[in-house]
Amino acid sequence: MAEQEWMSEVRAKVGREYGRVYAWDEVNAPMIRQWCEVMGVDNPLYLDADHAATTEFGGIVAPPAMLQAWCLEGLHMNNYAPGSTDENPYEVLKTLEAHGYPSVVAVNSDLSFERYVKLGEKLYYTTRLDAVGEEKTTALGTGYFVTLIMSFFSQKPEGDEKVGQLLFRVFKFRPANVPKPVEKGAAPAVPKFKRPKPGISDDTRFFWEGVDAGKLLIQRCTCCGTLRHPPAPVCIKCHSFDWDTVEASGKGQLYSFVVMHYPEVPPFEHPNPIGLIELDEGVRLIAGLVGVKRGEIRIGQRVQVEFQSFDDGELTLPMFRPVAA
Amino acid sequence: MTSKNSKRFDDVRPGEALPELAIPITTTLIASAAIATRDYFPGHHDMEAAQQLGSPHVFMNILTTSGLSQRFVEGWAGPAARFKDLKIKLGAPNYPGDTMTFSGEVVRTDAASREVEIALKGKNSMGSHVTGTATLVLP
Repeated sequence: MAEQEWMSEVRAKVGREYGRVYAWDEVNAPMIRQWCEVMGVDNPLYLDADHAATTEFGGIVAPPAMLQAWCLEGLHMNNYAPGSTDENPYEVLKTLEAHGYPSVVAVNSDLSFERYVKLGEKLYYTTRLDAVGEEKTTALGTGYFVTLIMSFFSQKPEGDEKVGQLLFRVFKFRPANVPKPVEKGAAPAVPKFKRPKPGISDDTRFFWEGVDAGKLLIQRCTCCGTLRHPPAPVCIKCHSFDWDTVEASGKGQLYSFVVMHYPEVPPFEHPNPIGLIELDEGVRLIAGLVGVKRGEIRIGQRVQVEFQSFDDGELTLPMFRPVAA
Repeated sequence: MTSKNSKRFDDVRPGEALPELAIPITTTLIASAAIATRDYFPGHHDMEAAQQLGSPHVFMNILTTSGLSQRFVEGWAGPAARFKDLKIKLGAPNYPGDTMTFSGEVVRTDAASREVEIALKGKNSMGSHVTGTATLVLP
């Protein structure tokens, strides 16, 4: 599909370099200390002048992940420190916004470091608009991935020195679900992901009640003694409707398995290993595997059931764990 | 100090798992860390503003996720490790009331440069908040 006419304005800017944006403050100990306090970082390289003096830096340096923070504008949007460029390195985001893509989320932050920065250094960055992708639709909505590459420098009398680089990618989009204005004071509804519950019928209720009681129950035909799983109303061998249950030992072997890598589905483990287990009693069932190492799952592996509780006790599931043969 | 003992390159092997780190996500953490990273975007400290943006609550900013990722990696590596890079990709947002648990492992070592690459992941109740890599130089 041909792009909208106005996108040519955006495309024309790809590759463009934008001028310097200066840090408001030189690299300083109070901002470092407060950053470390909030992040829970206790590395003495950033906090303890005596320790830092013994390192190759000869004094305190800033945590590398702080690099971008030094040059942010602060409370007032687009209020850059004196001397900064008048151009807006984010101008394409404004163009996209004007054409119906109001929302933005940061997607990638790829920091690389030439060296650590010391107290007293004055930083600035320049920006290159690296890429604007094709229009994409994600779970969030439809829009464009915009990639900026920021180069960070330290001002030096003998010539400015590059200290690091940041590839910063944002998704500028039109939300798939137009946000509903929330009533003032309404309780926040942070989504909670729970495991789907089994659909329980008269045929399967015994199984799930058994699981809740920590028992792995298998249906048995009371006419011919044949075991069957999954549960069904009629004996597969003699067609009798009469049945009871036996408690399985929970021991068996891995008959087959699959490891789900994609998509990642919360709240399941990722990757998610799922086994087809042949119980020693002879029937097979499908269940999650636990305690398996990637690449070490083997068909024929001995396994043992264990009952795990999920979602604050709302759901109990039989899971199988490898055991020694 | 979590660890004054630094990992030495010779002691690290690909496949080594980093100790997990569980971080409770609170409004206070999200708001104070946004400010500590000089990010005053209202969605990171003002719940009503966040809700107007279609978000159920304030959400963690990417600079905080970078900071916490650094903490996770250097908590294992110790103070003598030096970062060459820290590359992260965000997924499910971090909202208050959740817990993010970091896990990671060594995926590459290079004896000539003494570099070690770590693959990391921070999971919350909605899935992966962050996946990424960090390259360190170890003594």
